[in-house]
Amino acid sequence: MTNQEVPQGRLRSPFHSRISAVDTLNQWHEWKGYSSADALYCEDTEYFAIRNTTAVFDLTPMTKYRITGPDALEYINRLVTRDMSKIKPGRVAYAVWCDDRGQVIDDGTIFHLKEGEYRLCSQERHMAWLQTAAIGFDVSIVLETEDVAALAVQGPTSFTVLSTMGLDGLEDLKPFGLMNFDFDGADLMVSRTGFTGDLGYELWIEPGKAELLWDALFEAGKLHGIRAMGTHALELARIEAGYLAAYEDFLPADATVRNGRTRSPLELGLDWLVDFKKPNFNGRRALAEEKRNGSTWRLVKLDIEGNKAAHSSYIYSREKGNRKEIGFVTSAAWSPVCKQNIAIGTVRVPHGEVGSNVWVEIYYQREMHWSRAMAKATVVDKPFWFPPRRSATPPGPY
Amino acid sequence: MTDKYDAIVVGGGHNGLVCSALLARSGKQVLVLEANDQVGGAAVTREFADGHSVSACAHLLYQLQPSVRKDLGLRPKLSSENMATIALDDDGDHVRITGNTVTGAREGDAESYRAFHKRMTRFADLLRTYFNKTPPRLGTSDFSDLLTLGRLGIDVRLLGKTEMREFLRLIGINIHDEVTERFDCPVLKGAISLDAVLGTHLGPRSPNTIMTYLYRLAGDHGRVAMPTGGMGSVSEELAHVARDAGVTIRTGMPVSRIIIDNGRVAGVETESGERFDSMTVISNADPKRTIMDLVGARHVETGFTHRVHHLRMKGNAAKLHLALDGLPAIAGLSKNEYGDRIVIAPTEHYVERAFNPAKYGESSPEPVLEITFPSFRDPSLAPTGKHVMSAVVQYAPYALKGGWDDAARQEFEAAAIRVIEKYAPDITQRITASELLTPADIEREFHITGGHWHHGELTLDQFLFVRPVCGAAQYRMPVDGLYLCGAGAHPGGGVSGAAGRNAARAILSREKAA
Repeated sequence: MTNQEVPQGRLRSPFHSRISAVDTLNQWHEWKGYSSADALYCEDTEYFAIRNTTAVFDLTPMTKYRITGPDALEYINRLVTRDMSKIKPGRVAYAVWCDDRGQVIDDGTIFHLKEGEYRLCSQERHMAWLQTAAIGFDVSIVLETEDVAALAVQGPTSFTVLSTMGLDGLEDLKPFGLMNFDFDGADLMVSRTGFTGDLGYELWIEPGKAELLWDALFEAGKLHGIRAMGTHALELARIEAGYLAAYEDFLPADATVRNGRTRSPLELGLDWLVDFKKPNFNGRRALAEEKRNGSTWRLVKLDIEGNKAAHSSYIYSREKGNRKEIGFVTSAAWSPVCKQNIAIGTVRVPHGEVGSNVWVEIYYQREMHWSRAMAKATVVDKPFWFPPRRSATPPGPY
Repeated sequence: MTDKYDAIVVGGGHNGLVCSALLARSGKQVLVLEANDQVGGAAVTREFADGHSVSACAHLLYQLQPSVRKDLGLRPKLSSENMATIALDDDGDHVRITGNTVTGAREGDAESYRAFHKRMTRFADLLRTYFNKTPPRLGTSDFSDLLTLGRLGIDVRLLGKTEMREFLRLIGINIHDEVTERFDCPVLKGAISLDAVLGTHLGPRSPNTIMTYLYRLAGDHGRVAMPTGGMGSVSEELAHVARDAGVTIRTGMPVSRIIIDNGRVAGVETESGERFDSMTVISNADPKRTIMDLVGARHVETGFTHRVHHLRMKGNAAKLHLALDGLPAIAGLSKNEYGDRIVIAPTEHYVERAFNPAKYGESSPEPVLEITFPSFRDPSLAPTGKHVMSAVVQYAPYALKGGWDDAARQEFEAAAIRVIEKYAPDITQRITASELLTPADIEREFHITGGHWHHGELTLDQFLFVRPVCGAAQYRMPVDGLYLCGAGAHPGGGVSGAAGRNAARAILSREKAA
């Protein structure tokens, strides 16, 4: 074994020089070993760039694994709950994976790069679980987080920006599709994916070309309102899109100690990702039993009256009298684009059917003093934000 | 060619035969597929040199459960019964142990041994009750599980306050602490230590060796017997009973895989490509081979695969077979004592020192031995006037550093013979042929992963509720229609038939419930 240089302290993304150049707030946090900006100049402005023009987010710290080998497909198919044999090369799949008890470990995206070669991206790190799952399979799993620089380019003008940058043929790229381009002699992979629920792309390139890519992108986007953004703006956008976040809307099962604090995919509204037609996948037996016997929890998307965000609120089945606490809010925000007070929460079955009403108890502070309001909420089915442009192919010019 | 059976048993070891016979008696069409040309698994008699035969792997009968004998009407013919254990002393002052009686030890030891034996057999009896039951699962609301668990709690409590405390104190600790506290005579301490560690990858100072000692006693209070014609005769009797019950037994048919179709068992395929269909497949193979090789990780889940993959099951006991042109002269041994069980473990420290190299993947330069001369009481095993010796020799780690090549084998065999020579100086000149089976050979010849007698170390973390692993402790594997009936399942190894019987009962009661 050779001695490897182990980086000390926080890692800097290959885009760091460019991001810190536009940063005025100096507000950073740690994301899986990397410095990642909360916001760069104004999180509201950054958010509006996602919804109105183009916002660029550095997702290099996103955990990335390269999965290859003769058994790669069979391996991934046992790992995740959905049927990966339907995901052809050049396609991306949102997927969720469970422990043997059918409890969610994490969700993420799996890129079918080419025949038998995959990239798995997730917020959390999972090498131990992925290696354990590899017992008995001929696969290789390599952490490639540091080897790939990645940017999310999201917003209505993102297609125009990328076309202007010279990505010819991008108009044919459908949601969850992949395309490869030449960029200064390097391979630039573009996927039509994102965490904002809007028209958007993710760009993947070798770290050495990161700054060049950033510069080209911002040059092309100059007239289309391109802006860099931090995680706060992204967080608001993902709640609007109804996407889940680990450690917020669910806890990774392998990092949870207490019984009953984890969630199954059925309890997270991800039934559509669980393919019982597959004879075996991790958690199948437990999930089949849950399906027969009924789940304990249900994920709800709430449209709440009023304008006070229902952070961490308890959810009740009725407003007054013999009211029963049935769950709690896990993510909440006032949505500027929807003009709605929105939240994602978890409630006990049978509560929380789509269309039903529940009550959330909102605590808020006015000049040091706390007040409490009960607000009526409606359980909704669809994501709060789902514009047609998100899936239109070719995307319209803005 | 495709044949359909109600149940297929993979492997015709003694447990597989017991299981198949019980199922057939309940009206099932059962097929047993055995890889070797002989049924019996590790309980077989084999000629290893011209006219000389021995029990090739297991060589003493001390575990066969009365419930199994009764259910199947077994009457094994024994050439020796209730054999004494003679622990050899360097100066010829051997210690003799029969039942609760010790002679030749130091003052006070005989009395201490009687008390020790009484307590240990009482604890062993408690365990034995549960050897003949499906182990209960923890944390379920299943009535029969709760009943068995409650029963276990009550039985432990009924030992009385003092004895319950002793039981709970002893169950996890090591035999070395216990023998040094109770006895004075080193030979006695060595012999008891040896009994606790035979067939394991444990030394007398390893935790858990009281439990392995109790396991040994739980069979038949430590009474040891030798079947006429070797262990193979027990297996043949079992095969006979099974065939009488209607079981089809086919030998020389190694199973290459258990066929899983749409998440459930559909049958088996042999190495020759023959396919046999059945909705129930019962594996007499060890858990690792069953899951990792025959079923395949892709048909089970990750956590389960992980547990099976990490089962500790590396054997450490070798078998040494000698063809002798006459009985060796052992000083201080009377003529008829050659029919007994002779052990070489002169002190408890000697046993531990023999174990030390095994921790680092080396074989013992001074091994411990359990020796029998089966031909002494059973002349059919050797030509007239000749004899055979069958010995268990420890420690010979499965994963020997550098592997079991010819040099390593010769070195270990020579070490064993050097040790015997100390007590029987003429042994070398009496040897006309020899055979050494290391755990690697046992793995190859008897298809036991790691060559471990018990298909998995018998330790608290792989015992009772969690044997072989969590999620498979009730003979049912987490693949519909797949069961385990071998030593890897509860209660464990030894020619006891308990696992096979319990598995058959679990399968039948499950069918009734469905």
